[in-house]
Amino acid sequence: MWAASVYGVSRSRTERLVNLVICLLSTRRFLTAAQIAATVPGYEHDLDDAREHEAFQRKFERDKAELRELGVPLETGTASAFDTEPGYRIARREYALPDIPLQPDEAAAVGIAARLWQHAGLAAAASSGLAKLRAAGVDVDPQATLGLEPMVTVDPAFAPLTAAARDRREVRFDYRVPDRDAPARRRLQPWGVVCWRGRWYVVGHDLDRDATRCFRLSRVVGVVRAAGEPNAYQPPTDVDLISHVARWSGPIERPGRATVLVTPGRAAGLRRWAVEVTAGPEADRVVLPYGDACWLAGHLVGYGPDVRVIDPPEVREAVIQRLKEIAAGHDALAVLP
Amino acid sequence: MSGPTRPAARAGSRASADRLARLLNLVPYLLARPGIEIAEAAGDLGVTERQLREDLELLWVCGLPGYGPGDLIDMAFDGDRVTITYDAGIDRPLRLTPDEALALVVALRMLAETPGVANREAVERALAKIEDAAGDLVAAPVEVRLPGDTGRVEQLRAAVQSGRALRITYYTATRDETTERVVDPLRVLMTGGVTYVEAWCRRAEAVRLFRADRIDAVTELAEPAVVPPQARPHDLRDGAFRPSPDLPLITLRIGRGQRWITEYYPCERVESDGERWVVSLRVTDLGWARRFVLGLGPDVEVVAPAELAGQVHESAVAALEAYARPVPAGADPAATGDRQ
Repeated sequence: MWAASVYGVSRSRTERLVNLVICLLSTRRFLTAAQIAATVPGYEHDLDDAREHEAFQRKFERDKAELRELGVPLETGTASAFDTEPGYRIARREYALPDIPLQPDEAAAVGIAARLWQHAGLAAAASSGLAKLRAAGVDVDPQATLGLEPMVTVDPAFAPLTAAARDRREVRFDYRVPDRDAPARRRLQPWGVVCWRGRWYVVGHDLDRDATRCFRLSRVVGVVRAAGEPNAYQPPTDVDLISHVARWSGPIERPGRATVLVTPGRAAGLRRWAVEVTAGPEADRVVLPYGDACWLAGHLVGYGPDVRVIDPPEVREAVIQRLKEIAAGHDALAVLP
Repeated sequence: MSGPTRPAARAGSRASADRLARLLNLVPYLLARPGIEIAEAAGDLGVTERQLREDLELLWVCGLPGYGPGDLIDMAFDGDRVTITYDAGIDRPLRLTPDEALALVVALRMLAETPGVANREAVERALAKIEDAAGDLVAAPVEVRLPGDTGRVEQLRAAVQSGRALRITYYTATRDETTERVVDPLRVLMTGGVTYVEAWCRRAEAVRLFRADRIDAVTELAEPAVVPPQARPHDLRDGAFRPSPDLPLITLRIGRGQRWITEYYPCERVESDGERWVVSLRVTDLGWARRFVLGLGPDVEVVAPAELAGQVHESAVAALEAYARPVPAGADPAATGDRQ
């Protein structure tokens, strides 16, 4: 019963809106609200009845808002210099999707791209966008595959930050870095959003630090709020957004060589990146490449008694020191029942 | 609009907006495909046949001012087929909204950046055309960079596309062991910047995700891949690792220097304890947890379970004892005899 009544309302409303779009697309002159009311079915009312007229105006405002939300480019203007009341029309050139001549393999790629959004983020926008391409005559092969599918997932802050960067509008958000407990309020002029190694970042001008900063979207707490006017700033020209996020994009240098003894059959994780493995009766001798002695020591400690460092002394000493501290730190706990 | 909106009214208005978008799209869609079967069109547009017929009925009473027989949208039915004979001026779909343009462009950039993707050139051509059509809408710079081992992923993709069963050498980090297994591949996918082969593992008799960077060798077998009917791909909406509540829970007290683990692993609890943090997370294997805690270093303390604390202690003591023993002859290239 309830569903039927909502559907009834929505049917007559949808019908009125379709007719409004057709009417405004077909006119070259701007049509005033009164002219529209006299033309499009569903707006009929007694102009002399103040209450009825007010109801019409509310209805018309709602309809205009709905068309704009859908992306219908509603133009406002006056038909002549003598008109005081604004009129409306839709410019066909602004309304219509331009022709996109996609080859079959390109159309297939767009079809695949549209389904990469994992039922979240912009998934609905991706499928309605694809529906428009189909309506423009593009045939999309639903079976096509590129053999490899990246899953597109975004953080909740993605949509408001991309919109703010597009509109060049300042934003405010609470940001929590892992080694602090309380999130801090940040003010940013966002330049753009970057995906680096599967994580999302926003790059821009931090108004409090007065410097370029990047923020990880997963660390934004709560809602991103746009503040101030659009087009409030100009991002630097030729800004390379990726370079602000990806500081360590090159291969990691590992010039050092460490020699360790490994219990046979153990520490498979180390053997995978060894440059040399010599099997021995009691232990295998494994040579590992490394860049940072401290990092290597930490990693080797993980293998406990299965790995024993022979050389270099700095790694060996660092491992022994860490083991001593760990043993001391867990001594009291270990004797608990 | 001002004041709170009743949820029912909001849902109703969204449904009506969705329907309006669908109707404005339907006329050009049918116009481009004269004589299309209604069932095919419904399938393509993601609606039921009944919904599509109701949409057509509604369009039939819409048209140009005048609303006489020659003004209304008209269509011809031939059995189960439909042809638009008069479009009343809505012969093109509406241009893309900023969100639609962004959704397609970001996904295409992701695709173009994915290491080892087939037909990258077609993806790039499509991207250029969509960007061109979207114009200013994609002025919001969204850049994507997904570095990876392209050669390795291409080899895996080719192996999966061969349709054969594969023998792989795989390193399992949770057990710190390398094993050989025969798998029937389902697909290659990338999520969170990491590439996986999803396959039916004959050893585990289950669908497993194998990280591409831990597959040390691949051999295509002569026999075809046969994925059992009960095999289901993983739901990866929340990432590749979703800890199940029946896995062991460990609790650690960590310092500032180890705080990164709370972003790297899904944690059930993170609480400040003055200068330190108490963190609880699920682990697949206590042996892995022991290596993990030892590797994190001295600034980490196991709070629970006591079994893990004991293992960490024992392991550290045993390692120290080994260091106290002399190095076996010939093992030390720089041996000078007396080091400890």
